[in-house]
Amino acid sequence: MTVPTRPRLHAPKRLRTDADLRALQRLMMGAMLQPLTADDDLASRLRDGRAMADVAAEFIKPNDRLTSFERLQIYTRCYWFRLIDCVYDDCPGLRALLGEEKFSTLVRAFLATYPSRSFTLRNLCSRLPQFILEERRLTAPRTALAHAVVRFEWAQTVAFDGEARPLLTPDDLAAKPPGKLTLALQPYVTLLALDWPIDDYVIAVKKREARRGEASNVVGKAPPAVAGSRVPRPRRRRVFIVVHRHDNRIYYKRLERSAFAVLEALAAGRTLAQAVAAAGSRATPEQVSEWFATWMELGWFCRWQGRRSERRHHRK
Amino acid sequence: MPANRFNAFTDYGIGIGLRVPHYAHILEKKPVVDWFEIISENFLVDGGRPLEVLDRILEQYRVVQHGVSLYFGSADKPDRTHLKKLKALVKRTKTPWLSDHLCWGSVDGTYTHDLLPMPYTFSAARRTAEKIRQVRDYLEVPICVENVSSYAEFHVSEMTEWEFLSEVVERANCGILLDVNNIYVSAQNHGFDPYAYLNSVPADRVGQIHVAGHTKFEKYILDTHDHPVLDPVWKLYAHAIRRCGVTATLLEWDDRIPSFAEVHDEALKANAFLGARSSAAGRVADPPHRKPRPANSA
Repeated sequence: MTVPTRPRLHAPKRLRTDADLRALQRLMMGAMLQPLTADDDLASRLRDGRAMADVAAEFIKPNDRLTSFERLQIYTRCYWFRLIDCVYDDCPGLRALLGEEKFSTLVRAFLATYPSRSFTLRNLCSRLPQFILEERRLTAPRTALAHAVVRFEWAQTVAFDGEARPLLTPDDLAAKPPGKLTLALQPYVTLLALDWPIDDYVIAVKKREARRGEASNVVGKAPPAVAGSRVPRPRRRRVFIVVHRHDNRIYYKRLERSAFAVLEALAAGRTLAQAVAAAGSRATPEQVSEWFATWMELGWFCRWQGRRSERRHHRK
Repeated sequence: MPANRFNAFTDYGIGIGLRVPHYAHILEKKPVVDWFEIISENFLVDGGRPLEVLDRILEQYRVVQHGVSLYFGSADKPDRTHLKKLKALVKRTKTPWLSDHLCWGSVDGTYTHDLLPMPYTFSAARRTAEKIRQVRDYLEVPICVENVSSYAEFHVSEMTEWEFLSEVVERANCGILLDVNNIYVSAQNHGFDPYAYLNSVPADRVGQIHVAGHTKFEKYILDTHDHPVLDPVWKLYAHAIRRCGVTATLLEWDDRIPSFAEVHDEALKANAFLGARSSAAGRVADPPHRKPRPANSA
């Protein structure tokens, strides 16, 4: 990966303008975003090669107990530990799959490449699936499996608090013939065609974590090893999963291939008639009717119309 | 100053932070709590359980919004999308006032999710006050800014932290969320007298007070919110109440969170100081609004 060339950041001697304030904040953030060393210390050099101790002394006062470097290090450690903790909590499956050390390396590299661009940490892991594909060496030889796990884990964040649009009504369905009717899935619903039964794997990992947590609460210190605690890696098997919520609880629903194909087609903007055709000849009309009854009951469908009007709104 | 324009002339007593480990207890047992403070960002979501829980809490309790990401001191302009969501939440909660920190934490659209200290300069004070005004005008709710704990000071600073705080709130004409634990932590880290800080705060602008626990390390103190409030902080709190009058008080406990009862009991220790102040003033010692409100009341 090439590091983009940036102008050297310097601390302003005086703070008179907004530009001065921005320069100071850029400098401090530049130092804080520099990855910690293997010992979790502040890096000895800034990205531009200058000694971090000199840079820190440029803008931070020392006191009788701490140097400028040490004071900057407090903030840098807080930053990295906070963000690492966030990924740690959001991705228990990925952590179990990779092991602590490899997971830690991956997360630190991820955060160095994709620092938070949102006011909320909720969105921190949104680009982790993409990063895993971009930096395959960090998860090799199990990149595909790691990618599947993290997609599944991000889908849970989306299902937890993603937007719910007004439900599709029977009147909406009756308004157009199937050849012209398009349906959208709720934004909180994620369709995942995966090569491993990741749902079973993540459930097993979470159960193991819960057992360890209970043990930890009892003794009030580091949890004892739980017998047979390592969850075996999943064996390759094609599964079709819908991650969604119902009554504000997260669910993973397995579907058969043909039913999943119908939902994928609808999500891609195909008409109802085209989507039903995607199920293939093996699905009977009764089956298709039953699927739709269940999906409607679960509240998975909303109108396409809403999304179009929203796009128009954002263009203003 | 129990009720003033910066807390919308309310008279709130002792509240605690609404935290996930306590949701089930609160919703099931409906304990008597004067008010809850929510972290706004936890509810700036598009749907799902967070908003369901919030709505159920709002049916029973008074809620005040406290934010961690407006970053009044950042060189960046306020994020319109963020503000729009925040305004929708303000309407939902009917928060009488809204607080966030006198700090920065993002620049050029990248976020540290930390509360970073300001350079205490007149230029930064002007810029920060302007941003507070913009946010208040957009949200249409009184704003209180909170002093943060800090571990570093800048060479460019032209005044003390308390002078900077006064400069900003006077320019912005806004309130103060006075965090006495943060004053104590910063005083220890920077070697100033916390009482000198307290004595210089414009008391008539204090709309709310925070208390919390912290952790001592060999060379500095960290504001961890994972312990009961320590005695020196209670003493500072007592002094703050003497200066400001009976003021809405909130205990923050954000890490290694114990049972609801333990957190609430810790918060209620503030009664000893609030009661004493009320009695001295010849007022009723019992804090008002101790019972949950009936559903759907304003």
